[in-house]
Amino acid sequence: MGRAFLSLLRRDITLAMRRRTDVLTTLFFFVIVVSLFPFGVGSEQQILRQLGPGVVWVAALLASMLALERLFAADYEDGTLEQLLLTRHPLSLLVLAKVTAHWLLTGLPVVLIAPLIGMQYYLPETAIVAMMLALLVGTPVLSLVGAIGAALTLGLRGGGILLSLLILPLYVPVLVYGAGAVTAAFTTPAESQPYFYLLGAFLVLSLILAPLASAAALRISLE
Amino acid sequence: MKVNWFKFAAPANFYPVAGWLVSVFAVLAAAAILIGLYWGFFETPSVLGGTNPQKEYYRIIFIHVPAAWMSMWLYLVLAGWCAIGLVFNTRLSYMMAAAVAPTGAIFTFLALWTGALWGRPSWGTYWDWDPRLTSELILFFLYLGYIALHSAIDDTRRADKAAALLAIVGLICVPVIFWSINCPDPTQCAALHQRSSLSQMESNILSSMLIMAFGFWMYSFAAAFARLRGIILEREADTAWVQELATKEARR
Amino acid sequence: MKEFLAQGGYAFFVWGAYGMAALLLIVEVVVLARRRRTILTRIGRLVRMRGAKTP
Repeated sequence: MGRAFLSLLRRDITLAMRRRTDVLTTLFFFVIVVSLFPFGVGSEQQILRQLGPGVVWVAALLASMLALERLFAADYEDGTLEQLLLTRHPLSLLVLAKVTAHWLLTGLPVVLIAPLIGMQYYLPETAIVAMMLALLVGTPVLSLVGAIGAALTLGLRGGGILLSLLILPLYVPVLVYGAGAVTAAFTTPAESQPYFYLLGAFLVLSLILAPLASAAALRISLE
Repeated sequence: MKVNWFKFAAPANFYPVAGWLVSVFAVLAAAAILIGLYWGFFETPSVLGGTNPQKEYYRIIFIHVPAAWMSMWLYLVLAGWCAIGLVFNTRLSYMMAAAVAPTGAIFTFLALWTGALWGRPSWGTYWDWDPRLTSELILFFLYLGYIALHSAIDDTRRADKAAALLAIVGLICVPVIFWSINCPDPTQCAALHQRSSLSQMESNILSSMLIMAFGFWMYSFAAAFARLRGIILEREADTAWVQELATKEARR
Repeated sequence: MKEFLAQGGYAFFVWGAYGMAALLLIVEVVVLARRRRTILTRIGRLVRMRGAKTP
């Protein structure tokens, strides 16, 4: 079972590495959205500091949404997905492998570029560390929950817009506590601890439940 | 008397029953709403004193609170039918869920709209990022998501199941979402809405509000069953009984 | 009557709320009633069309 997981993970990453632009577009989208805000709201240090955590998180939500559309699409079109459904391995495990690959390619780069963004918004160092940690724990939740929506809207016309309507409301808790963790870390890093407990709880819950729901959704969509 | 309830799980058998239920619930709804409105407008004081002074505009409560209650209750009903549909694979349950959703969305919108019009005179603003208003907004998005997904899929079987799964995922997320909105700071929760308690309300206001809530409830049943009849006809258009019904209707 | 309509100067808020409620509920009822009728006439027409083809 572990081997099936690993081989699917490796396959997805290899495939993505052959088309690097897909990965880079998500990252650039994130950077551009975040960089646009100061043009709109002015570049005053105080305002940007206040807006920073929220803006970064909203941009992360949107970037992860944008990438989700492609999570199952290629495999659906060339029929690989139907083959995956027929294997003897539990589908939820395979979904988890695909989501993990997806997160490594789109979520992790966002986490790594976060310090740069934090500097753009004059965030203090403690907040930047908290932001990286919060994104590290929070973005997998986004990918996991989003996978359900991606599986449900598989092959529909206008799937991307529909996906955002279905999934964005479900992202609210991660947004609230993710941004809250960064804001709480402005003065004393210890204050953001309860936020991390909650984000961690979300991660555990979605690791258990989301692959099951996505697998069920894939079965419905491919029936 | 022993009734075989599964007999009514067949759309053909349930169609006439639904028609009868529509009229019963419609009459009940109209009666309750009329009584509630009369009571609410003519038997209640026009100015409320006490700790929370309110003038005539508090009368929005008679539709605001029942609409908000219905919006939450109907989402439970919707998810419940979806769960029954996924477990027992009965077509009628999916149709019930699809029939409930638009009415639920309407009540959610009404709760938001009346809340805005009540907020303006009492809080001085149409919209406030108050936890309950925000939760209601998210609930509205969940309804819209269900309806949008259902109508985006052409194959009814897939549409039913996919939307049902979405409704159940939404139901699991709802407590977490509401809680995160209510307590953005995990160590304390704040709310602009007063801690409301039914026992503190003036009895006339309370009774007319409850009567209105009952009326809205009956209205939701009537609207859902009426919509269900339409859905049954659409989906069973190729069966003999629907075609018979259509020819009979045409002759009239 | 005039006093009732004025609602102590809050007519806009009170009637705005009730007006929207009445509007939406009435529209829903009308749409539902019309939809059932259109479906039945459409099916009736289809049946007659098929009946004409295979007498």
